[in-house]
Amino acid sequence: MEKILEVTNLQVTFTTYGGTVKAVRGVDFHLNKGETLAIVGESGCGKSVTSNAIMRLIPNPPGKITAGSIVFKGKDLAKYSEKRMRSIRGVDISMIFQDPMTALNPTLTIGTQLMEGLISHHGVSSKEAKKKAIEMMDLVGISNPEERLKQYPHQFSGGMRQRIVIAIALICEPDLLIADEPTTALDVTIQAQILELFEKIQAATGVSIILITHDLGVVAKIADRIAVMYAGKIIETGTKREIFYKPQHPYTQGLLNSVPRLDLKGEKLIPIDGTPPDLFSPPAGCPFTARCPFAMEVCDKVYPASKELTESHQVNCWLQDERAKQLLTAVPLSK
Amino acid sequence: MLKYILKRFLIMLVTLWVIISLTFILMVSIPGSPFNSDQSSNETIRANLEAHYNLDQPYHIQYFLYLKSIATFDFGPSIKQPNQSVNDLLSRGFPISFELGILTIIVAVISGIILGILAALRHNGVIDYLAMGIAVLGISIPNFILATLLIQQVAVTWGLLPTATWSSPAHMILPIAALATGPMAIIARLTRSTMLEVLTQDYIKMAKAKGLSPWKIVFKHALRNALMPVITIMGTLLAGILTGTFVIEQIFAIPGMGKYFVESINQRDYPVIMGTTVFYSAFLIIMLFLVDIAYGIIDPRIKFHRKGGE
Repeated sequence: MEKILEVTNLQVTFTTYGGTVKAVRGVDFHLNKGETLAIVGESGCGKSVTSNAIMRLIPNPPGKITAGSIVFKGKDLAKYSEKRMRSIRGVDISMIFQDPMTALNPTLTIGTQLMEGLISHHGVSSKEAKKKAIEMMDLVGISNPEERLKQYPHQFSGGMRQRIVIAIALICEPDLLIADEPTTALDVTIQAQILELFEKIQAATGVSIILITHDLGVVAKIADRIAVMYAGKIIETGTKREIFYKPQHPYTQGLLNSVPRLDLKGEKLIPIDGTPPDLFSPPAGCPFTARCPFAMEVCDKVYPASKELTESHQVNCWLQDERAKQLLTAVPLSK
Repeated sequence: MLKYILKRFLIMLVTLWVIISLTFILMVSIPGSPFNSDQSSNETIRANLEAHYNLDQPYHIQYFLYLKSIATFDFGPSIKQPNQSVNDLLSRGFPISFELGILTIIVAVISGIILGILAALRHNGVIDYLAMGIAVLGISIPNFILATLLIQQVAVTWGLLPTATWSSPAHMILPIAALATGPMAIIARLTRSTMLEVLTQDYIKMAKAKGLSPWKIVFKHALRNALMPVITIMGTLLAGILTGTFVIEQIFAIPGMGKYFVESINQRDYPVIMGTTVFYSAFLIIMLFLVDIAYGIIDPRIKFHRKGGE
């Protein structure tokens, strides 16, 4: 399959008064054309920073991409100038933000906000732009679009606003859509509608999607592949099936155990004890060591190399090492 | 919208009536009369004069007579400046004062906003510190001090600009500079702080994600939202500039309304006191009303016709 995006060894740091935060510490992943990749992880693990880094929207200062490449359709965006990057943003790569209540400018009409990207990038006439805007409003399921283009954001509900944000992101027909927690701020019934909208849009336009979320329910619904992120690193990637049914990293397992399930009535949820490490001075070894029920001495010292279990399934964990496997069969582990 | 304007108009009338009544009460409670300084006048002349200006009537009759004349836009004759009505004084002085005030507002708003934006965009940079340094100076130096300093330095020592009066654009520079610096500084500081806040908003990030140019992001997306607090304080600034014109007109010998206003109080020229007060109040009230209208134009969330709502 054709790779539309390949991120290699991406590192992002933020310089603050308290020191340097290593928010993203060497992330590798790729995205195939037309697929949906979900990046999951708890708050502060670097998911949003990764997505902002792809768009080159890290505010500098304090943030900086210190290493790595972001190869999009064969070109390294990490090396692009700000001006050149502007011609990529909104045209080839679009972004959807978490909170639709704040993502729209309250003083401009929906129509203006929808059309401005199209007009400034493609130089189309405002009549053509309006036609396209109405088309997009139809696509995202807003009735009476012509009338509503003249309205302001405060005249729409949260779910409607998120539909508009999606329409804005898609109006220039991008190849890649980055959705940063697109359903987190919405209530559950609206969430389902928005997720269905994503599926519909992908079927209609063939856009590739990177979905940033901490909600495994969302992932289960629309992702093709999943990358699990922890403390600025991707620790496990695989297809949706592989991650949900054969999670290999103890963190992935813990994450899945802490999700409520309808089929396991009466059983208690198992939270992951402890908190993620301080990213001012991240540990040399596996960052999950302190919270891992299977931690070994080596985990704390050396970061495990990536192990390929299948063509699509990779995990960074010492438990995958042959020597650890011998140990596991000798000493049975309690749950 | 029409209903709102009508409602506001009625409120404006009531406000004006309160101001007229208060000024009237204050005026009759200050001791003295316009004829005190006329040593030569004897009792008969004085009584005749008072009768001529209705000053021999009881206060409540005077009050109603005054209200009646204001309702017909006739502020009566000046007592101290014979053969001149208050309307004459206003029509002569107001255009000059208005010119000074409006030019000051324009200069203050434009330079204040530009300074504020520059400071916000170069946050914690040299331009930021420079702009805010100017702003702090502007706020802390009173306009009459600044005016005399400017006259001394620019007009007298360097001889670049005329010292006083209001006869050519060159004459206008110093008074406007003296009057505009304070409001400009306030606007600059306010613009900077709201701009900094607005620039961190999600919709600005969204505008960046659309690939818009920095120019468009600042002027189309950020500035409009950052201007709301600036518009809010415009009312107060207007009042400040209005009273500032009295002082500045005195210092630069500008023949505006301020001169008559101050003189009339010293001379107990009742019709002129009342006339200028009512006129200034009406002007300020109308300006505040325009500010409120501007609010609704800049922020569509503020609607006038609907009660409650979002």
